[in-house]
Amino acid sequence: MTHITSYAHIKHQRLSANGTLLFDGGSSGSLPGFLTDAYKALGMSYPKYHKMDALCKLGMLCMEAALKESELLTTYPADKIAIVLSNAASSLDTDRAHQASIQDKANYFPSPAVFVYTLPNIVIGEIAIKYKITGENAFFVSERFDAGLLLNYLEALFHGETQAAVCGWVEADGDAAEAFIFLVEKSNKNSNFKPLNQEAITELYNQ
Amino acid sequence: MDALIEKLKGQIIEQLNLAEVKPEEINPDSPLFGEGLGLDSIDALELIVLLEKHYGIKIEDPKDGKTIFQSVRTMAEYIKSQGKS
Repeated sequence: MTHITSYAHIKHQRLSANGTLLFDGGSSGSLPGFLTDAYKALGMSYPKYHKMDALCKLGMLCMEAALKESELLTTYPADKIAIVLSNAASSLDTDRAHQASIQDKANYFPSPAVFVYTLPNIVIGEIAIKYKITGENAFFVSERFDAGLLLNYLEALFHGETQAAVCGWVEADGDAAEAFIFLVEKSNKNSNFKPLNQEAITELYNQ
Repeated sequence: MDALIEKLKGQIIEQLNLAEVKPEEINPDSPLFGEGLGLDSIDALELIVLLEKHYGIKIEDPKDGKTIFQSVRTMAEYIKSQGKS
């Protein structure tokens, strides 16, 4: 049996995990300010975080929150944990920043540190590095959150070697930022957890 | 030279997004890569951009970077030697 064992949200600059509010940035503040304040509120210590783009910061914060009461990382071998994420805007936010840096031929200073984030799956790489996860990974771009798509892919993975997964939606498009990460485990017997199915994923996403 | 070193520390912190590092914590003689500030290969490229953007210095041969970017002091000495400080 495969269960959803933990989840976390970032919506309207509020970070929550398993239905409990962990940090409220106030919806009127700037996204960069929220991303820094939430990092401090979670007590994270990972200097590389500050070099990341908004998409990666959202993914890292949501992952950290989802893991707070989870034993996923110590229960499963690193190469049996998959990461499957998705969004609608791909890396558009950072693509715009890069474009702006090369727009003016007289002031042409493209930043290597910006350019490296001009792919959406870099957020998977950052999560994999931070949490030492080496299993399967995939990033999907779809018009809106698609629980069916994620479920199909997860089911295919769990038919193979995968024993656990980090899955969800991480979106950054200007100030429109949102993240939802849920953890899936193959062998967890705790009856409080939700069985993995499309309705459960959709219900948790809409919380 | 000291003024240039202090200015460089601020520019490095800003350009490399070293949000948790304060200028006074950077030893001008400590290695920038590996130990010391622990910078990586992308940071090296950012330092090349920094020299071009703020001092109009283009590093034509990447091999020179190993010497120039040993420490904040070697960076400052290189900028001085180019007459760009």
